[in-house]
Amino acid sequence: MELSEHIKTANVEDVTLRRPFHPALRGTLCVTSHHLLFSDRKDEASWQLLILLKNIDAIEKSVENLFGYPRAMGSSGTITIKCKDLLVLQLEIPGMEECLNIASSIEALSSLESVTEMYPFFYRPSHLTLNGPWGLSSTEQYYKQTERLWDRWRVSTVNSDYSVCPSYPSAVIVPREVDDDKLIRSARFRQGGRFPVLSYCHHRNGMVIMRSSQPLTGANKKRCKEDELLLQAVIDGSELGYIIDLRSAQQAQQARMTGGGFESKSFYSHWKRIHRHHERGKIVQESLIKLVEACSDPSHSVDRWLSKLENSKWLSHVHSALSTAGLVVECVERDGHSVLVHGSEGTDNTLLVSSLAQLILDPASRTVTGFLCLLEREWIQAGHPFQQRCAHSAYSHARLKQECPIFLLLLDCVWQVWRQFPLALEFSEALLLRLAQEVYASNYGTFLCNSEQERCAAGVKENTHCLFQSLLRPDIEEQYLNPLYEPTDLAIWPSVHPQSLQLWTGLFLRWTEYAQNMEEAREEVWSIVKEHHEQAGPDRTNNTLSTHCDTLTPFENLMDELTIL
Amino acid sequence: MEHIRTPKVEQVKLLDRFSNKSVIGTLHLTATHLIFVESNSTSAQEIWILHHHIASVEKLSLTTSGCPLLIQCRNFRLVHFVIPRERDCHDIYSSLLRLLRPVSYDELYAFSYNPKQNDQQREEGWQLIDLAAEFERMGVPCDQWQLTDVNREYKVCETYPRDLYVPITASKPIIVGSSKFRSKGRFPVLTYFYQEKKAAVCRCSQPLSGFSARCLEDEHMLQAISKSNHNSRYIYVMDTRPKLNALANRAAGKGYENEDNYSNIRFQFVGIENIHVMRGSLQKLLEVVGTRSLSMTDYLVGLENSGWLRHIKAIMDAAIFLAKAVTVEGASVLVHCSDGWDRTAQVCALGSLLMDPYYRTIKGFMVLIEKDWISFGHKFADRCDQLDPDPKEVSPIFTQFLECVWQLTEQFPQAFEFSEWFLIQIHEHVHSCQFGNFLGNSQRQREVLQLKERTYSLWAHLLSEKQNYLNPVYSPSFAESHPVLEPSTQACHFKFWRNMYHQYDRSMHPRQSILKQVLTFKESNRELEGTVQALKTKLQKFGVSTSPLKPQTPPRDRSLPLRPQSLILGAPLLSRKEVQQEEDEEVFGEEAREDAPASTDGERTVEGSSATENGYGELTGSFGSKNEPAVVTLEFGVARMTC
Repeated sequence: MELSEHIKTANVEDVTLRRPFHPALRGTLCVTSHHLLFSDRKDEASWQLLILLKNIDAIEKSVENLFGYPRAMGSSGTITIKCKDLLVLQLEIPGMEECLNIASSIEALSSLESVTEMYPFFYRPSHLTLNGPWGLSSTEQYYKQTERLWDRWRVSTVNSDYSVCPSYPSAVIVPREVDDDKLIRSARFRQGGRFPVLSYCHHRNGMVIMRSSQPLTGANKKRCKEDELLLQAVIDGSELGYIIDLRSAQQAQQARMTGGGFESKSFYSHWKRIHRHHERGKIVQESLIKLVEACSDPSHSVDRWLSKLENSKWLSHVHSALSTAGLVVECVERDGHSVLVHGSEGTDNTLLVSSLAQLILDPASRTVTGFLCLLEREWIQAGHPFQQRCAHSAYSHARLKQECPIFLLLLDCVWQVWRQFPLALEFSEALLLRLAQEVYASNYGTFLCNSEQERCAAGVKENTHCLFQSLLRPDIEEQYLNPLYEPTDLAIWPSVHPQSLQLWTGLFLRWTEYAQNMEEAREEVWSIVKEHHEQAGPDRTNNTLSTHCDTLTPFENLMDELTIL
Repeated sequence: MEHIRTPKVEQVKLLDRFSNKSVIGTLHLTATHLIFVESNSTSAQEIWILHHHIASVEKLSLTTSGCPLLIQCRNFRLVHFVIPRERDCHDIYSSLLRLLRPVSYDELYAFSYNPKQNDQQREEGWQLIDLAAEFERMGVPCDQWQLTDVNREYKVCETYPRDLYVPITASKPIIVGSSKFRSKGRFPVLTYFYQEKKAAVCRCSQPLSGFSARCLEDEHMLQAISKSNHNSRYIYVMDTRPKLNALANRAAGKGYENEDNYSNIRFQFVGIENIHVMRGSLQKLLEVVGTRSLSMTDYLVGLENSGWLRHIKAIMDAAIFLAKAVTVEGASVLVHCSDGWDRTAQVCALGSLLMDPYYRTIKGFMVLIEKDWISFGHKFADRCDQLDPDPKEVSPIFTQFLECVWQLTEQFPQAFEFSEWFLIQIHEHVHSCQFGNFLGNSQRQREVLQLKERTYSLWAHLLSEKQNYLNPVYSPSFAESHPVLEPSTQACHFKFWRNMYHQYDRSMHPRQSILKQVLTFKESNRELEGTVQALKTKLQKFGVSTSPLKPQTPPRDRSLPLRPQSLILGAPLLSRKEVQQEEDEEVFGEEAREDAPASTDGERTVEGSSATENGYGELTGSFGSKNEPAVVTLEFGVARMTC
């Protein structure tokens, strides 16, 4: 069925749009295959609102005079649109039939399942071309850049046809002494074929963070020699490594009943296992739903708010993610040992913890480029099932399937780190907010599909644009820079006391007046910093700001004149 | 000095409150301070605790490593010493017990504190704030309001100031009659005048109405207030207590205004709890946030159960109601509670702050405190436990006011000239008894104590280091576009004030501060501008025009301006000279660390952030022996008191 067949009414006049903290507007509403367009009727300086239909999470309609009265009586309907970026809009549409038509079109078009029908496949801005490389880097490039790896590690293409592990990219980094056959055997012993691969190599001591899925030891304690050898090869000379299991010890035991399990001490004698309980899947999704509900609670009782905030458990998830990441960093940086991180499937919390640990450890991942590369490597190429996890957000009435806002949780954790180290990250909150929006609905192909394999099959790289590349274009990147950025080589250990963690108001209270006050304050900070740079001259060499400083500052002008005298 | 038996104890262990860390050092006891100096030569942190700041000292039962001494301070610092010998511990303990219970005002630090100023400077300090000028700024006296001399000798109300403003139509007999019908004689007087609508904010205490008593003079008084405002036919009477409390008071012959007896009043209960509830609430809050390895769930549940933020919001709600009534309806408002010096002060002060941008500047905020808190007789001595302790009178009423202001600064980052450090510093000194401003319970008592002659003013001290308390993103144009603040009362905007209640818990705080960085930038901007100006004048002297030259040399690399160190980042900048010193030490510290053998483990972290403090879990045991990197710290506030 053609997309346009879903559209029964394309245009409605005289629609009233209501947004929180803005006066109501009247104008024309228009539904296209991928967008909802509202345009007010003023001739000059007309204001438009364009919403990707995929961004719409839920739609609620209430039609007055549903039965009985003819249209002439002035029946009208109200559609409430709840977006995945947490914006809530109301549209008053004159005419019952039009209202129902619009609602059903939106419902049908916002829940498209087929990847190739999605908007990124149709998005063709004039300033971008489809030719050229897609994405920022690849496993091979990462390997080439990381000199520390060359000695003991290699790039394996055992998964080049995605047969060994369907959710891994075609190339992965593994210990040099382990050959591809062993990898295949180890993959058979791990859920979903996700055998241990290198995620990060610490620039200071060469210790590594590995990630995988759980081993399939099962009820009768199966073992796999190759898997044991693989892990032995990881720690090589050093006497100890840590396995951070993202389940409680009890959960790990229970997993054996369903064929999963954990690395037992007797077979992996050089590895010390630490269990850390992390919630997953549906529980985290429900947590987000509860939190968003609490944030929009109209009651003004503090007690009620605190109990709802507590009940949502969202901050508890933030807390455990940051503390486990801190634990991993402690192992690598302070204790000087390698770490293997896994939970069950190894596609959600595993990625969350390993990427957070890198952000804390590695100064390179705190630049805009570095952070986007980290996301590309650890989330997109590593096979986080974005399509499943981000099918719906906090408002949807649909029955939950595989949804889980783990990526949003990552962004929240990064925001917490930024709160505590506001000078250490090159990017600003704006980038996190942009990503939080793009992951649910995007013009770009970056977050489509669930794995590299699927992306290949759908031709994502050939037919869509890459978000990360477009974010890095100088004119765009500037809006996402942190004006106060001061690179530091050191690890940035976040405090995980509950008192040190906060609700991410920038995201969860994004559409309130409060956000506007904050925005103005931020602009003020920008202007102070800019003034500072103009007066004091460039004090950073790596920044775009300094490249514009060809002309002398007034200060230096005067200094020179004085020396002439 | 005669109370100090052991002035110095060596090998004392200081335990960190939230981790297993500890440091060894020497404990000194002086007449005014308890000082701990760390023995480790590279970091050598010093902790100075003023005796007046100590709320309680507790000797815990003897352990193998020594005798633990737990000291809780009014500025929410909590220190845990372990003293090797029991006898030393007992000496310190009993000396402290005596020292922190001064028996007369003369023993307070303010009377011995001398910042090396002469009498003239001191006088000037006290003249900084002039309340008569403040009322003039509001437009009072005017055709409806006048200054009355009825309380010149403190005869009508001894807890009120001498100068009071009342409606022109309120004659002396009415005032005296009304004062007899009000608890403690605190009759309705003007505290803020909203010139734009000629609406007044007045304050008083509860009427002695009992179940049926009336007072014609009091009714006249309210009538006079009402008549002075032509914009509105009615006035609001806000009783800031919960209705139940007000009802209960009737049995004691007190109570609230009966709407039938007073013409054209709109009576309103607001429901702010009394001082005892507030004291209990803060205690619960501190217990919760003082718990080690607190989980997120326990934290949020504890925060809720303490009720603290609920109380903060109740005060804010009342202030918003007041501001709306005055600015939107143009009605005058009379505010009272029981005695009219706690809740009334909170609501009047906060309401005025919402209505008038002047109170959001540094000077204006001082004026506001001087007016609504100090002059109208908030019982600082009792509430802050300065002397002659009665635990039932102690209550964090003023702290709550400061917190409400902080909550507003969070919602309106550009509306205030000062940053939260200004609020925290004021809080610090309300308890320090280092300056005369907050001593005693009323103006009268302050006069008897001759504070202006014998002590120094805090406001002069704070103004002298004004640049430390500036809010870098303050925008006076914001004040023009938002003369009246309309804060959101949605519950999610009420947050826990970590920098206040965990001011001294280093591991709690962000390791880098936007505030500090932007302040530094701003300061250096200003300095460079000054240099540019100076150079320009110089050039003009040589007769050279200052037209910009063509660029000739590539821009030079300039290092960032110096960044001062302090316990909490974002704490006020130190003066230039101090900064230089600090910085030198810091560099020295760095080098020492780099050269040091592997014993310091080569571990380097940003601004003292570290794993052991954060307690990520199981591994900590294995790192126990490793040293933390040296961090130069300067105790905020306390250290400066020694000067």
